[in-house]
Amino acid sequence: MKHTISVLVENRPGVLARVAGLFSRRGFNIESLAVSTTEDPTVSRMTIVVGGPETVLEQISKQLYKLMDVIKVMDHTGDPVVARELALVKVKAKPEDRAEIMQIANIFRANIVDVGESTFTLEVTGDEEKVSALENLLRKFGIEEMVRTGKVVLVRGAKAT
Amino acid sequence: MTLSGAQALLESLKCEGVEVIFGYPGGQVLPIYDCFPECDIRHILVRHEQGAAHAADGYARASGKVGVCMATSGPGGTNLVTGLATAHMDSIPMVAITGQVPTGAVGKDSFQEADITGITMPITKHNWLVTRVEEVPEIVKQAFYIARTGRPGPVLIDFPRDVAQATLEFKYPEKVMLRGYRPVPKPHPLMIKRAAELIAEAERPVIYAGGGVIASGASKELAELARLIHVPVTATLMGKGAFPETDPLALGMPGMHGTAYANYALNEADVIIAVGCRFDDRVTGKLDTFAPKARFIHIDVDAAEIGKSVRIDVPIVGDAKAVLTELLKRLSPMEHPEWLETVAGWKRKYPLRYKGDGLKPQYVVEQIYEATQGKAIICTEVGQNQMWAAQYYPMDEPRRFISSGGLGTMGYGFPAAIGAQVAKPDAAVWDIAGDGSIQMNIQELATAVVNRLPVKVAILNNGFLGMVRQWQELFYERRYSETDIGRGIPDFVKLAEAYGAVGLRVKRAADVLPAIEKAMEVKDRPCFIDFWVNREENVVPMLPAGGSIDQMMID
Repeated sequence: MKHTISVLVENRPGVLARVAGLFSRRGFNIESLAVSTTEDPTVSRMTIVVGGPETVLEQISKQLYKLMDVIKVMDHTGDPVVARELALVKVKAKPEDRAEIMQIANIFRANIVDVGESTFTLEVTGDEEKVSALENLLRKFGIEEMVRTGKVVLVRGAKAT
Repeated sequence: MTLSGAQALLESLKCEGVEVIFGYPGGQVLPIYDCFPECDIRHILVRHEQGAAHAADGYARASGKVGVCMATSGPGGTNLVTGLATAHMDSIPMVAITGQVPTGAVGKDSFQEADITGITMPITKHNWLVTRVEEVPEIVKQAFYIARTGRPGPVLIDFPRDVAQATLEFKYPEKVMLRGYRPVPKPHPLMIKRAAELIAEAERPVIYAGGGVIASGASKELAELARLIHVPVTATLMGKGAFPETDPLALGMPGMHGTAYANYALNEADVIIAVGCRFDDRVTGKLDTFAPKARFIHIDVDAAEIGKSVRIDVPIVGDAKAVLTELLKRLSPMEHPEWLETVAGWKRKYPLRYKGDGLKPQYVVEQIYEATQGKAIICTEVGQNQMWAAQYYPMDEPRRFISSGGLGTMGYGFPAAIGAQVAKPDAAVWDIAGDGSIQMNIQELATAVVNRLPVKVAILNNGFLGMVRQWQELFYERRYSETDIGRGIPDFVKLAEAYGAVGLRVKRAADVLPAIEKAMEVKDRPCFIDFWVNREENVVPMLPAGGSIDQMMID
């Protein structure tokens, strides 16, 4: 089972190493990780996707709380959330494939942000499934390179995360 | 008051009540060491930084205060690592201060540079690299606060030389501001109520107490609880002395080398009240078969310990003393005569015992117990010596049994004994050692001699790395691969004398007590007693690692 957790941390050097180190030494696997500052410049938000049973998640959360730099840990399992990730996909674009790639991009509301002699670079935003679906469709043209940001999440409505 | 960073550091330590620092100088801590002559904090010069860390740890365990150690950058810091890991595993409050190369040289592979905050991240509760001199007072304040509150532990402050030399207007903060740290949660009243209900239903309850009881200062409350509801108490190696071991309700230590009756009691218990302990694998053996009939109440200040290994029925996150105080209010006196009689039967049937002739290591420990009337501070090394010390020296008070429980650090006991003797100058401090362990930090003889510390070291000399040999005997068909160290053992008597300490040797059982008494007369220097004990004595009872109670070897 996959869990998405938000971790609010002090915006200080070394904090990412502390959090990442905790995951690795306790044998927890990070599937994706996104870090950035928040509306409060002293606070950073980490959105971490982890796999594992409920007991493992509970232990992760408790261990995270033991780090001095961790202010808050929230597990979003079961919460109504807006979850997005962004991907950039550089795909081979032969003249005969260009129209089809543009159509696919259109359907996925992806933007073609770079056009080269033999490639397109697409930018797509969405949940994990959408990004994966686009990736699958583009695969037959030949994906040269791809990067995904990892998931970022906010809880819907007025409730603060 | 304008001070240098180094002066501000020592001033801050004074504000925290620090009386002694165990340390070793070096290039990048020169600005700090330059302040010691004018500073009224006592500095004890060790002979290896590992000794400084263990001495600070022993000081902390014996006194209940925060231990402080200091080392230079690079190898100085890395030599502290084993000591920090030891303290971290056993939740001992400690502040380590290391020098670091000047800020501008950090990250450039400078001479004697090591990323000590990176290295110690997993073995400290928190650490800091000081980057601005203005931060010094606040970081020291936070360091002590974090080290001693909640679940205690070691912290490290890395101090670049230029920061130590820069100046600041010194003012020590009164309060600590740490929004990410909530050290002591208030115990949940509903959980206390449920615990009281479960205890009331129990027919075969056992209290399982750990080092958290000692850290919290909850021995009195624990004893009140045990006597109010008439429940036997097993205390772990870390919890030794948390409950008086000569009390009829005491079961001694549980687990791998625990008493058979403690293990039988846990195995038959229907309710286990676990206080300040963590269901360590040395206690539980195979988790699936540990205490199969029990429901568990687990009291611990660290929420992450609750449910980590064993499924808990009543979790109570909180300080042991506060929780037990609340729990006592909800309990009325109870009797468990049948259960206590069953336990007493096991005690009669399976007492701790040893057989055979010759000079027995267990006998040596027993004689130390007799000679010191059970009042000594006992430090141990790690291995057979540690287990025999735990088994044959019953402790009636906390903070008098000092041993590396979690990490199992050989070479811990002697420097820890030095720290304990500094903390308690009038106490009889003994290190029960093996011939292997004592050689790991034997250089600290110089520290003890120079500081006139009358630490006694009882070396249970069997010429083996005894515990490993025991495992080879039992699980590796007696193939004693690299554990026979008999041929290289130094003459410990001459060695002690070479350092200016007293050395004694005992080869016969009849000479044990006279030698101990002679050692006790030495008041101004350390004393080694080299006991040539039976070579292939085993520690029993023994539950093999990951085993269950039906595999327990009783003798």
